[in-house]
Parts: sequence; structure tokens; C-alpha cells
Amino acid sequence: MSIDKETIRHVAHLARIELQPNELEKLFGELHEILGFIDKLSILNVEQIKPTSHILPISNVLREDELHVSLNSDKALENAPSKKGNFFSVPKIIE
Amino acid sequence: MKYQTVIGLEVHLQLNTKTKAFCGCSTDFGKAPNSNVCPVCLGFPGSLPVYNRQALNSAIKLALAFNCQIQEHTKFDRKNYFYPDLPKNYQISQFDLPLSRNGYLDIYTQNLPKRIGITRVHLEEDAGKLIHETGCSLVDFNRTGIPLLEIVSEPDLNSPSEAFDYLNSLKSIIEYLDVSDCDMEKGSLRCDANISLRLLGAKELGVKTELKNMNSFKGVKDALTFEVERQTQLLETNQELVQETRLWDVEKAVTVVMRTKEGAKDYRYFPDPDLTVFIIEESMIAQIKAQLPELPQEKMRRFVKEYGLTEYDAKILVSSKNDAQFAENCIQNYPGEDKKEIVNWLIGPLLSEANLRKVKLHALNLNTNELISLIGFVQRQEISYLCAKNVLSQLIDTGKTTQDLIQEGNLQQISNADALSEVIETVIHENAKSVSDFKAGKTNALMYLVGQVMKKSSGKANPKVVGDLVRRRLS
Ligand SMILES: [Zn+2]
Repeated sequence: MSIDKETIRHVAHLARIELQPNELEKLFGELHEILGFIDKLSILNVEQIKPTSHILPISNVLREDELHVSLNSDKALENAPSKKGNFFSVPKIIE
Repeated sequence: MKYQTVIGLEVHLQLNTKTKAFCGCSTDFGKAPNSNVCPVCLGFPGSLPVYNRQALNSAIKLALAFNCQIQEHTKFDRKNYFYPDLPKNYQISQFDLPLSRNGYLDIYTQNLPKRIGITRVHLEEDAGKLIHETGCSLVDFNRTGIPLLEIVSEPDLNSPSEAFDYLNSLKSIIEYLDVSDCDMEKGSLRCDANISLRLLGAKELGVKTELKNMNSFKGVKDALTFEVERQTQLLETNQELVQETRLWDVEKAVTVVMRTKEGAKDYRYFPDPDLTVFIIEESMIAQIKAQLPELPQEKMRRFVKEYGLTEYDAKILVSSKNDAQFAENCIQNYPGEDKKEIVNWLIGPLLSEANLRKVKLHALNLNTNELISLIGFVQRQEISYLCAKNVLSQLIDTGKTTQDLIQEGNLQQISNADALSEVIETVIHENAKSVSDFKAGKTNALMYLVGQVMKKSSGKANPKVVGDLVRRRLS
């Protein structure tokens, strides 16, 4: 499996990462290698192996429906780059 | 109709847990902005989500009530996209291993039963709320992380009114289960729709439109109705339909294209490594199944069987859980085997009073015993039905007893011929035209004359007796 530069640009855009031309070159090489490495799996017979979605052999971790103390809004907004009253403020979003 | 309408609905439902899906923040509605938040629901680095046991229980309950198969192995995935109402830049949702699949909902539509398939019911979390101001948008994360269920129907609905009936059935069941308050105004129930048209008999589905931004069940119906017309017109004039998302504009009563963001549908789902998988054991399912309440359909069948109600009457009474409870209480307390009379009062005068006051039947705060006492007065012909309806209204408004209201209003029915004769004479004297009409064989004229006597006696005359007296007097 290989990857072209257009796909890398697309994925970078989806992740909201801005790539400089030299970074694109670098990633192109690195991703190529990573995908080549993953390709090795295709030569293994995994028919008998159950798909894994989590590396730890634990399941059903749940919490009771009990209130904890939330942050007060001053604290919650403390590191906000921009705020207005008790709200976080962001550049205007229009759908 | 040349075309078949094909509709599938996607309902997002907030569960009524005390706390959010993955943290202990309160789910209370209407609190000061950003006061129900913590590092988990704000998506701070290093915080760890843990799912709410009550939310899982409620979800399984609902999935079972919708006849879904609960999956033995289920997990959470991350749905990745950037939007200011989503602090983690991904929504915790479910992709390939949802909680449940392959259910159905039996609905009544145009008085016929129809089975609507449920594709899946899966777990996810709500996003925050955005308020758009000039120059900036404000974000409140109180809603972020409230547990949601996504309930996806099969494209089995074939008209806007069928979609409307499906939503009402769905809401009724959810109310019975008590897993959500189902309030569309508060946003605890939201609905998107997919709609396409195809030539009758065609196998392939047509190009679909996704509809959003409907704020009520009626809005869903109106938006779908508009879309049926719009799509029909495009097809009839051989214009191309495009797959697109359209927003319902309730003011203008039209749907408008939503400007789509590039690559918006590329969500790159992957398993959320912060959350473990869930193995739902048979024993857990059996335990929750045992806790399921009697659901509207079962209750309807029981009302028909136990109390001799018609299916039509029973359906009206069971559509809301509290109303059903109130009605059953009335029916049980009503003396005798024959329950027709009390049911007629519930479906008739009581329901009109409720509609008039824009409340549910049970919220009329009517004392069951007073209602039964009132019906007794009518049955013994001590007061007229007309007066009784007025007394009912006063019972609701004043909270006084039936006995007192009848006495205070001096409403005892007049059945005595002597007491009625004077009024009857006056009415006959004043309505010569109706009298001659009646003599000429027009039976409607008699009804009119009786009505006039009722009016003059302030509704106290016994209409049956009056009818007999007038007929005798004029023959
Ligand atoms: Zn929280």
C-alpha cells in the first residue's frame, strides 16, 4: 500500500495541520515507511485471531450516576483565549 | 400518485440521567453557561471518561422496548471533526459495533397497523450549544457530554403523516420507559429525516435529501411535505436531483440548502482507546427485560380485554403514560361491570376540557370520585347532560364537590310536566314557523323547539321529557 501527496494534504487538512513543502516531503517518506511496515500484517494468517479494539483485557468499566463537583465557570474559562461573560468566545461560525 | 415517498428518520434522544455520559457533571437544563463542566467534558488533556451505568441501563431498556437485538460485544468509537461546540474535536459515538440492531416499532397509521424497522440504536454524547452574535459565536459546554441515543429507522415510512405517527409512537414508548423527558423545545429529542422519491414499483431508491433543523413533530411533517412537493416537481420537469442536506425554515415554511463543508463526512472513526469494550451478558439483558413496564400497545390490548373498551378509545387513553394511569384509576373506581359511560366521559367532555386548557388529561387535577358522582347524577336523570358538562368545568376550576356545585347552581333537572309547561307554551308561541314546520312533517323542527326550551330553562330541563311534551302538545 502506498500513499500519494494529495492524500497526505487531505489528511493534514482534516486534522487542521498546516504543512510546509519540506514537511510534506518528510511526511511522505515517513508515512510510506509506516504503511510498508503495516503491510507486513498481510502476509500473516490472522483468520483465527479475534479483532482487537482495545489492548487491555478489561471490559464493562462503568461509573454510578452520581454527581461530582464541577469546575466553577471562572476556573473553566481561565485559559480560554477569548471569552465573553460566562461564555467561551470563538470566531463567528456560520453554517 | 406516480411516485413512492421513502423516508427514514434519525432521532437523537437525551437520556434523563442525573449526570453526564462520561463524567459526574449535572445534566440540569437552564443553568448558568459553563457551570456544569469539568476537565472530562471540556476535553482537557489527561482526563479519562468512564461511562454512566444508568445510561447503559436506560439504553438497553429502550433498545429492548424497540425489539432490537442487543449486541454481545459493543464499544465506543471516536467520530472526528472540528466544530467549536465539540471541545475534544471528536464525538464519542459508536460505529461498527453499536449497542443494538434490527428492531422494529409497530405503529398505527391511518388506523392501520404498520411495522417500521429500526436499523440500530447506539450510544453517543451531546455537543455544546452555540449562540451566534455579531462578530463572534459564544459557546456553552453545559450540554456537552450529556448521554444521547441515536435511533435510526429503516426507510420504511412512506408519507409525511406516517413519519409523524412513527414519532408519536416512539415518544409514547419512551415516556412509558421514563428514560428521557422527550422535550423537543428543550432539545432533549431531535429528529433528522432522509427523504427520496422513486417511481412506484421501482427497486432502486431515488436521490435523497437529508433534512435538519425541525423543532417539532409538526415541523418534521411540514418539512417532509414540502420536500415531497419540491422533489416531485423536479422529477416531473426532468431536472436533476442532487444529494444534499437541507434546513427547514419554519418562518418561511421552505427547506433551503445547507452550505456543505468540504470533506465534512470524512469522520475517520476509530475505537476510543480511553474506554473499554462492553460485554453485555444474557443475564443482564434478562434482568432489564424483567423491569420493562407495560408498554402502550400491551396496555391498549389489556384495556380492550379487561374493560371492554373499543380499540379506538383505548388507543387515545394509552398514548400518554400518566393519562393511561388516570383513566385506569377512573375506570376501576367506576361502579359496575359496564364501563362505557365513564369511558365516554373521558374521551368526550374530559378530553375537550383538557384540550381547552392545553394540558394533559391527568393534569386536570380532577378528583376521580367527584367525576363518578357527577356521572351518577346524570344517570339518575337528576341533572341534564348539558348542565353536567358545565359542572365538570367548574369541578376542575374550583375544586368544589359535585353535590355543592349542583346545589349552589340550582341545577336539578326539571322532568315534571307541570313545571315545564309554561316554558313550552312560551316557546311554541314565539316560534310559530317551527311549529308549522313540525306539523308539516319536518322532524328537525322538533329538535329546534326542544333546544329553545333547554335554553330558556338554562339547560335544566330534561330534553327527553321536553321532547315528549312538545310532541304531545302539537299532535
Ligand atoms: Zn464534566
